[in-house]
Amino acid sequence: MTSVDTAPVRGEISDRGRAERRLGLLLSTPAVVVMLLVTAYPLGNALYQSLFSYRLTAPDDRRFVGLDNYATALTDGLFWQTVLTTLVITVVTVGVELVIGFALAMVMHRAVFGRRTVRTAILLPYGIVTVISAFAWKYAFDVQSGFVNSWFGLGDYAWFSDRWAALFVIVLSEIWKTTPFVSLLLLAGLAQVPRDLGEAATVDGATAWQRLKRVTIPNMKAAILVALLFRTLDAWRIFDNVFIMTAGQEKTQVLSFLTYQQIITRTELGLGNAVGVLLFLSVVLIAAVFIKGFRVDLSQVRGDR
Amino acid sequence: MVERIEQAGRAEPDVPGRARSPRGRATGRHGPGGRRRTGLLRAGVALTLVAGGLTACGGGGGTPTLNWYINPDNGGQATIAASCTKAAGGKYRIKTALLPSDATQQREQLIRRLAAQDSGVDLMSLDPVFVPEAANAGFLRPFTASEAAPLTQGVFDSAVRSSTWEGKLYAAPFWANTQLLWYRKSVANKAGIDPTAADFTWDKLIDAAVRTNTTIGVQGNRYEGYVVWINALIASAGGRIISDAEQGDEAKIEIDSPAGRQAAAIIQKLARSRAASPTLSTDIEEPSRATINGPRGGFLLNWGYVWRAEQGDAEAGAINKNIPADLGWARYPRVSPGQESRPPFGGIEIGVSAYGKYRDDLAIEAVRCITSPANMKRYMLDEGNVAARPAIFTDPDILKEFPMAPLMRDSIAAATPRPATPYYADVSGAIQSRWHPPASVNPSTTPRESAEFIRAVLRGQALL
Repeated sequence: MTSVDTAPVRGEISDRGRAERRLGLLLSTPAVVVMLLVTAYPLGNALYQSLFSYRLTAPDDRRFVGLDNYATALTDGLFWQTVLTTLVITVVTVGVELVIGFALAMVMHRAVFGRRTVRTAILLPYGIVTVISAFAWKYAFDVQSGFVNSWFGLGDYAWFSDRWAALFVIVLSEIWKTTPFVSLLLLAGLAQVPRDLGEAATVDGATAWQRLKRVTIPNMKAAILVALLFRTLDAWRIFDNVFIMTAGQEKTQVLSFLTYQQIITRTELGLGNAVGVLLFLSVVLIAAVFIKGFRVDLSQVRGDR
Repeated sequence: MVERIEQAGRAEPDVPGRARSPRGRATGRHGPGGRRRTGLLRAGVALTLVAGGLTACGGGGGTPTLNWYINPDNGGQATIAASCTKAAGGKYRIKTALLPSDATQQREQLIRRLAAQDSGVDLMSLDPVFVPEAANAGFLRPFTASEAAPLTQGVFDSAVRSSTWEGKLYAAPFWANTQLLWYRKSVANKAGIDPTAADFTWDKLIDAAVRTNTTIGVQGNRYEGYVVWINALIASAGGRIISDAEQGDEAKIEIDSPAGRQAAAIIQKLARSRAASPTLSTDIEEPSRATINGPRGGFLLNWGYVWRAEQGDAEAGAINKNIPADLGWARYPRVSPGQESRPPFGGIEIGVSAYGKYRDDLAIEAVRCITSPANMKRYMLDEGNVAARPAIFTDPDILKEFPMAPLMRDSIAAATPRPATPYYADVSGAIQSRWHPPASVNPSTTPRESAEFIRAVLRGQALL
């Protein structure tokens, strides 16, 4: 597969290069076929169904409505309220996780003794199933069974009865759960920064802050952007925490949950698939902005170059 | 499949009553061995299958297997499944499979299986509000008139009505349910009120709770239970949410009516007073029950299971031992003093899948066994859930265990079921969306907005 990357400039491909390219395509065919089967078919099916007014419990009433479902979704206030909620969750969690994740990555990178223990301790939350962590956080903030209110003397403050308080708990649990993922990616980036660069800067009299800002961060830009991209896409598709903690009440619905409600709860396959396709398009948009706009090179974190 | 059954058995070896066969793992493979098992052993197998959540396909050799999808309980339905299997004498055996715990998710799982024509579902424990939707979609096998007669004779009319769609019986009433006003006698004394008085209203209830600085536990989360409350209030005020439900998305929406506004006024008054639980907008049945045991506990609107649950908690030492003796009960409060209240209706009906292999013979026999008066009585004694036949309420065993049985009987007889419509999930979801949180309800706007929203949702013109 690397043959594709390493092939000489277009127009002057040698016979050998052409043969390698053909082999590369041949070798990747099975993977492409599987990808098409498991992603393209469901996606195509969703696109097709989104053009109908179609309810699972009344299959005989199915009728073609063109783009009406999209118009319904895009003109519905609930859709935009959901987009806003999802956006808030994404921006806050990704921002906070990047800062904490970087700090934790530094700790893991610099830890002198008990390195494995430190790394395990930091990575532990990421190993917990999201649904389980969601229940744990829900019960922790519960008025009757939770300990948070008694620890902080909040009496009977109902966390899940207010939009922003509920979102606060959701965001907190999301941060707790996925910061280790960010710090793991950043740790990989830190490991790639050549040590002599930092040493040279020290000799030149750079302070720790200057070294961080001018040497470390610029050298791991690729790792940071990849971490950002992955986390943004994950946060944008958040579902479990919301489903378990609030089930969308108090205006805490997110895009994935909205899709779930239309397709699974209402069994409105047409409208639900339209929302699902919109969610998919927004994910594509985010990925495109990162990859084209910020020039994230996914191969660079692997240290290929 | 056989292998999976055995795995499920191994996964939970210490189920009480499960005796290991000397032939060990091989038993599941041979019919006769399976038939020789004792009833207790069958109960054990049923339980382990619950744990495995299987959709098995007749593992026991020659004996046809009926898969019964049940709502979670404390083992009462598994016991009935085992005893019906025994009574069938090898004709069929019933295996239970567990559904999720809340009604909405039970419906979601069943609808997916039924829409896919899953032949691994034979019997289902259905929430009554799901019956019209499933019946209208052709998911349920209707009972013929001769099959229906023994399933409906001597059964509460409200239970039969909510199992019927377009004149045909689609599910057999198994147990009925209703809410009572549970109260602490000491609090009622202090407040100087008599909740059992004929003209006891919501207004008096809220005022008394505010006066004594106690709470009224209700279910105010954004879920089905909140619609139960709203429907009971509207029905008690003499109104209804929709009518002409058979019209589907053109049904008449009547929630924007004087009755709807009265209901909204009561919800608003309670939710904004100190009598509301601090977590009212997230309370479901159990958290609301917990409020009556707390330091500010006073009143509770909740289902019949409360009596058993409170006694159990007191015995286990989870709550103060004196609470059950202090617990009183009364009929659902009125909205206006001169008009009888219409308590909520609930329970479980047994439906037969239209896609099961034995839908025309064995499944029908099994339904008859499950819903027999003896099994209803046993289920009430086992689970604290209320039988669907009024005659059972005068049974001495029941009266001994449930001193409020006559009140429950009258309450179920007067209960008003939630709207019967194939689009119930949409109607319920739309109401929840506009009436939640309870503190935001405004009598002059909420009923009107919810009426408009229900219409838009039914026509597929709005997201939910």
